[in-house]
Amino acid sequence: MINTKVKLAGVELKNPVMTASGTFGSGMEYGEFVDLNRLGAVVTKGVANVPWAGNPTPRVAEVYGGMLNAIGLQNPGIDVFAKRDIPFLRQYDTRIVVNVCGRTTEDYLQVVERLGDEPVDLLEINISCPNVKEGGIAFGQDPKAVEAITQAVKKHAKQPVIMKLSPNVTDIGEMARAAEAGGADSLSLINTLTGMKIDIKRRTFALANKTGGMSGPAIKPVAVRMVYQVASAVKLPIIGMGGIATAEDALEFIMAGATAVSVGTANFFNPCATVEIVEGIEQYMRDNGVHDIAELTGCVR
Amino acid sequence: MENRGTVKCTAKVVSQEALAEGIYSMWIQADEIVKAAKPGQFISLYTKDSSRLLPRPISICQLDRKAGQVRIVYRIAGAGTKEFSRYCPGDAIDVMGPLGNGFPLDGDERKRAFLIGGGIGIPPMLQLARELSCEKQMVLGYRDQLFLNKEFEEYGSVAVATEDGSAGTCGNVLDAIEREGLTADVIYACGPIPMLRAIKAYALERRMECWISLEERMACGVGACLGCVCQSRDLDSHSQVHNKRICKDGPVFAAQEVEL
Repeated sequence: MINTKVKLAGVELKNPVMTASGTFGSGMEYGEFVDLNRLGAVVTKGVANVPWAGNPTPRVAEVYGGMLNAIGLQNPGIDVFAKRDIPFLRQYDTRIVVNVCGRTTEDYLQVVERLGDEPVDLLEINISCPNVKEGGIAFGQDPKAVEAITQAVKKHAKQPVIMKLSPNVTDIGEMARAAEAGGADSLSLINTLTGMKIDIKRRTFALANKTGGMSGPAIKPVAVRMVYQVASAVKLPIIGMGGIATAEDALEFIMAGATAVSVGTANFFNPCATVEIVEGIEQYMRDNGVHDIAELTGCVR
Repeated sequence: MENRGTVKCTAKVVSQEALAEGIYSMWIQADEIVKAAKPGQFISLYTKDSSRLLPRPISICQLDRKAGQVRIVYRIAGAGTKEFSRYCPGDAIDVMGPLGNGFPLDGDERKRAFLIGGGIGIPPMLQLARELSCEKQMVLGYRDQLFLNKEFEEYGSVAVATEDGSAGTCGNVLDAIEREGLTADVIYACGPIPMLRAIKAYALERRMECWISLEERMACGVGACLGCVCQSRDLDSHSQVHNKRICKDGPVFAAQEVEL
């Protein structure tokens, strides 16, 4: 028997494979392709205190080995989300991680408080979205701001708190330490890398927002390096993500120090990617005589 | 949530031909997809080049339900569609579909319909023409070179407009309708936004029922990523804002429910 169970801030996941926020909705759409019961956790699209309309289109563009997005955190607001999306996910035997976004500290706190009585397992605080003018990344690029928002959220949260870090910083280790100092229970990284694409036929930006967040296999080496760096900087459990498309990719993150991993953009080109990664990790463990996934976590130092 | 029978599979190219410069027609053997498909829906095609991740959403042009084959007629718009155009019979191609809602087919049979297509918006009108049982008048707008127009003739009258005047009416689809004195009760249309905007205004003025098919840059194609939204007149119940997902809630919308 192999053990794929992992623990994140006291919450046990049946396996380390999660979805990356914003790529999986609340699971309804991909539930037609994969059995959500197979996943360690579903991480929802970011939700704010009120509905957000997001950015104008075009919102997505393909780039070499990846894509840019500037959705702008379109979301239905916490009220509808709590009534519709949480009960949907509760039907499945998987952990629910709600990604929380906001323009101001008060916005975040309103959502966090509202979720206190909801049957969700973990909160992921998005302080790293590069596509909104207020909030998002503004909280994630200054260590003092990271520590302050973490502290504020922790004071109001009933569930364990994951802070989602931005790679668009000089030293991600510093941000990780700030989140740890603020009382974070876990860290997830990386969010997207700010990028740009020019449409040379139309002589304009490919995205209406001009810039967008880059994701996909092309960013994986950067993400693995940052997970390794953060794993060396803090003691918190890490959720690693950034270009994971296969079990081999996921294992790189785990060996670099991630307790769990999130699959994002890969869902767009392989709707079954999440479950294939779960199965691929199990296969790797069987083939290599690994009894407990913990033997692999951070094994490359 | 409604299950549309969407599957992702590795299909086989049956045939491929160029219809005009940069416009290709490809038949694909995809039994599972064809079983569930309706006119106005689309399929997502994946390139074999792993540096190009995202599927290309392409409308269904024709369905051969008996043979389990789907036909797409597409324009080479970049490296991905260029790769598709080089595929030969027997080649494998990864496809997901059917996607989107499709045109409503339950309209009044006594109604007379305009099926209006502009440029690469023409192909989805063909399967619609094959399945709509009412009287049909096709109005097809081209820049210059014609394609598919002959294939519409067995389903009704065909009016053509070209921007350069090389065939039919010189001008756009509405110019052709006016010049030929055509009238109808309901409109089904697909094409560039300026054309759809003009058709929406034309339908509104005459209080006509009007269905339009939209396109936008897509990533997931299944309604999860919120990449391909359009603006809706009313608050959308799913998004709770004035946004509808073209891939999931569309691509076909009642003209009055979307802002163009």
